[in-house]
Amino acid sequence: MLNRRTLLGAAAIGPLLGTAAFRPAVAETPKDVIVMAYQIDDIISMDPQESFEFSGNEVTGNIYEKLIHPDLKDPTKILPKLAEKWETTPDGLTTTFHLVAGRKFASGNPVTADDVVFTFTRAVALNKAPAFIITQLGITKDNVAERVTAPDPQTVVIKLTEQFAPTFLFYCLSANVGGIVDKKTVMSHETAGDMGNAWLKTNSAGSGPFALRSWKASESVSLDANPNAMPLPKAKRMLILHRPDSSAQLLALQKGDVDIARNLSPEQIKTIETNGDYSLVKGTKASVLYLAMNQNHPNLSKPQVRQAIKWALDYKSIATNITPNIFVEQQAFLPKGLPGSLTDKPFSKNIDKAKALMKEAGLENGFEVTLDTQNVSPYADIAQALQADLAAIGIKVNLLPAEFRQVITKTRARKHELALLRWGSDYMDPNSNAQTFCENVDNGEDAKDRTLAWRSSWQNKELTDRAIAAVREQDADKRVRAYERLQGDLQEVGPFAVLLQQVEIAALRKGVTGLEIGPLSDSTRYVDISKA
Amino acid sequence: MKRFRSLAAAVASIPITLFGLVLITFLIGRVVPIDPVLAVVGDRAPQDVVERTRHEMGLDQPLPQQFAHYVVELAQGNLGRSVMTSNSVTTDIARFFPATLELSSVALIIATLVGVPLGVYAAVRQGSWVDQIIRVVCLSGHSIPVFVLALLALLIFYATLGWAPGPGRQDVLYQDMVPQVTGVLLIDAALAMDWDALRDAVAHLALPALVLAAFNMAYIARMTRAFMLDSLRGEYIVTARAKGLSATTIIWRHGFGNILVRLVTVLALTYAGLLEGAVLTETIFSWPGLGQYLTGSLLNADMNAVLGATLVVGLSYVILNLFADLMYRVLDPRVR
Amino acid sequence: MSATSRDWLLTETPASRRQAAWGRRYRLWLQFRSNPLAMAGLIVALFLIVVSLAAPLLTNQDPGAQDLAHRLAKPSAQHWLGTDELGRDIYSRVLFGGRVTLGMVVAIVILVAPFGLAIGCIAGYAGGIWDRLLMRITDVFLAFPRLVLALAFVAALRPGVTSAVAAIALTAWPPYARLARAETLGLRGTDFVAAVRITGASGGRIILRHIAPLCLPSLIVRVTLDMSSIILTVAGLGFLGMGAQPPAPEWGTMIATARRFILEQWWVPTIPGIAIFLASLAFNLLGDGLRDVLDPKQGG
Repeated sequence: MLNRRTLLGAAAIGPLLGTAAFRPAVAETPKDVIVMAYQIDDIISMDPQESFEFSGNEVTGNIYEKLIHPDLKDPTKILPKLAEKWETTPDGLTTTFHLVAGRKFASGNPVTADDVVFTFTRAVALNKAPAFIITQLGITKDNVAERVTAPDPQTVVIKLTEQFAPTFLFYCLSANVGGIVDKKTVMSHETAGDMGNAWLKTNSAGSGPFALRSWKASESVSLDANPNAMPLPKAKRMLILHRPDSSAQLLALQKGDVDIARNLSPEQIKTIETNGDYSLVKGTKASVLYLAMNQNHPNLSKPQVRQAIKWALDYKSIATNITPNIFVEQQAFLPKGLPGSLTDKPFSKNIDKAKALMKEAGLENGFEVTLDTQNVSPYADIAQALQADLAAIGIKVNLLPAEFRQVITKTRARKHELALLRWGSDYMDPNSNAQTFCENVDNGEDAKDRTLAWRSSWQNKELTDRAIAAVREQDADKRVRAYERLQGDLQEVGPFAVLLQQVEIAALRKGVTGLEIGPLSDSTRYVDISKA
Repeated sequence: MKRFRSLAAAVASIPITLFGLVLITFLIGRVVPIDPVLAVVGDRAPQDVVERTRHEMGLDQPLPQQFAHYVVELAQGNLGRSVMTSNSVTTDIARFFPATLELSSVALIIATLVGVPLGVYAAVRQGSWVDQIIRVVCLSGHSIPVFVLALLALLIFYATLGWAPGPGRQDVLYQDMVPQVTGVLLIDAALAMDWDALRDAVAHLALPALVLAAFNMAYIARMTRAFMLDSLRGEYIVTARAKGLSATTIIWRHGFGNILVRLVTVLALTYAGLLEGAVLTETIFSWPGLGQYLTGSLLNADMNAVLGATLVVGLSYVILNLFADLMYRVLDPRVR
Repeated sequence: MSATSRDWLLTETPASRRQAAWGRRYRLWLQFRSNPLAMAGLIVALFLIVVSLAAPLLTNQDPGAQDLAHRLAKPSAQHWLGTDELGRDIYSRVLFGGRVTLGMVVAIVILVAPFGLAIGCIAGYAGGIWDRLLMRITDVFLAFPRLVLALAFVAALRPGVTSAVAAIALTAWPPYARLARAETLGLRGTDFVAAVRITGASGGRIILRHIAPLCLPSLIVRVTLDMSSIILTVAGLGFLGMGAQPPAPEWGTMIATARRFILEQWWVPTIPGIAIFLASLAFNLLGDGLRDVLDPKQGG
């Protein structure tokens, strides 16, 4: 009977039935577009001399190329990219790079030494978050004109005043901040002397496999293949969609609405691991998860307490049960993949030993302490597991889960007691981690350098000096030994319990291949991704 | 005359309310223990860079001075720049707000088209089992956390049945295809006469709109029922019945006609609630609306964005409230 | 109930004020009882409250005891509702979680209702500049996006039960103030208030002893109906990571931390979801029934 009621009923169901008619028989993404679901709400800029977040670096890493880059299979080897060969003077202070001939930016402009000089000039002049990687080499706004020069369009000369380890310079230049930008294009969009920063935030001018088509914050990133790239990317277009919910990512992957899902949880990965319709791509990241013990807390500053904590944690159980597939055990501050990394695991859960140490410290009845952590999984879960582990030796932990930036603000101000934190290396050199874990030159409240050692109020002159010396060590083998010893010593006396190293896993639909996940954000490559 | 005076007073009170909104939000922003400078310079920056940036952002000035500065800018229509998106807040809002408007409007329409007749029917059959069932169904929709409803809807209609497309506003094919005029995809696609894109936009809108509608339907149905019961008891109706008019005419033309004004009031209030309440649904459906924008900026202490978005939501709420008030006072023949 | 007490309650000619009051209450109860849905709501709500209070008696497992080797286990004889992502028993967590969730709701209501009542009555009775000032403040808080205020507050203090309660309370009081004010305005001009005023009672006394009690019925209805939406807001905050923090069991937080398992180990987020649904629906039905009985004009 056709009356108001049935009409209204139809109105409600209508949209649903209608959509059934809209869906194609088999959901498929378009043939020449790779669609990837990824959490990309951390991007704040596409300017390589400004970008410093995981996703931002990953995307710009595929838009811009550096002079050189480390061989991911053997990081001690440096491979050419925009520079085909280079020489260093015997005193180690001057390095000359010879650019590959015939390379062009996406705009068609040739890649010249001028662009390289411009890139490093704006890196130190803009002085954004990643600038320290270049300025730590002694290159600043005031002296960059003398330090980085272009005697001819195919040659770049970099002059340092201090002699660092030979590979240190290369690793720094291969960081994301060294992505070479197209001077002509960028400067044509300069406003108010910003060296094109405002324009480059949302556009691109690079020589890499892809060019930025559009970036809609917290929504999508759209990339077009760069016709002037060498080699050309296999895909014509890439679309990265922001999908904050991991279940939604899995659903989309299963329905065929996306080709790659990047943020699946360990349990979700288990369900598709054995399914032949999907393949997994794994990459060990240069990122470690550690427990920081603020030394300004009277109990935590006792060396026996520090070691007791390290002996109380059930590293294996956490890695196997809570974070299989996405974290692996690692107990030294240099992640696997960086030269000099120590991979033996001296610590394992030993309640008796831990309790004995607590007794030695005069604290066999335990004490109460707070633990700051991010409130997302798996960190919240790991924190709860740590809480249970420490309870067994009498330490009562009060969890303080909070937003990521809240935790950073608090630990940077040294207001924490225990904190569960992550540190990702900024460049491939071991100094990136050694400096921050070991060095604390000025333990005062107004210190300029807020290394992790400083944030945990820990100052050890000997380790500080050794870390400072290690980055200047000329002999490669000696250097590796130095870092191995630093890691071992830090395990003995440091206020850090390193727990895990991050592994990134991506799930790909059948027929999709070619994603490479590297240790740093910008070493994740899209260039070879293709669909059958 | 008196009516217009009270109307004028109501309108004049809007700026005061908004000022209060801005003041409180501003205070909240400065109290939140997240350092906004860190979002800009990064965690690795040396302390002197942090301090310098803090100075550049004007965050080291005393609070009243910062507030005064913000209000002055606001008066000139400048909402500042968002740290997270690098765009001006006005641009961001112009992008995110229409998406929320679109979702909320369609949800309201569905909720009304289903809820009102249900409410009328329940009133007409008061006390019967039909009435009870409608009550339970409506209240059930209102008793599930909206994000659970959203997840279940995705699971059932997207994953299992395949009736609806997945999260997001548009299919991959149509990204960037429709030129942005109003920001409301349905309108823009129609204006561009891109019927495929329009169908796609409707398909993506269906599930989130239905979820929001299911959640809000209860209130509309209940209020309709209450108003109808009231209306059907009136003398006016007795007269109509005595005149021998058919049941349908009595119910819809007279009974329902009586309550239209009060119903519109209810709808206005529901709409206001929808506008500000879509946060959780937007997260699950990856709907790039104001709710997501607001939450994201709050968690990054991006205060310009938070202030701008709060103002927009607050303003909508105040305007809708005023509209509801107006309808009630000016047009309801029973209120003098 | 014996025949004599029933007669005493239902008599048409009560001999004392007390008898009249009790008679009124009994009549309301009879009316309420005849509504099957409302009774269902009352029974379920009471059941949930009792079960939450009796939680330690109903389970011998510690809701915080982790068993990492047996995470996400299906329901079994040992774990009646299975285990969650850290191997904790879901059954005991739901029971103890009821304490946290319902406790938060009660705390909010206790904070909000008297405060809103006070503001509304004062504004309605005093009128003039006080009315305008108080209503302006009420309007500001009403116009504030609820979740923003809650999120901001929680972010400012620190995520947790206390800040969540404070945050939701801050946003929940305005409707009560408005309601109380509307009622007070209606009562202000009545004869009996005028009579009390003649006897020399102060404004405060009038509000406290005469006006406020009359506002209670609609307030109670509102509170009960609000309980449901407060439960959902608490769950929503938990979903955004801003409510009760792990390892505390709280229904909304349990859903939030387990939502990624909805595809395979669906029982982990669904069971607390069902608990929330039952509590919410029960309070909704209860409130609806109360409204029918106490204030028929308002809700029908």
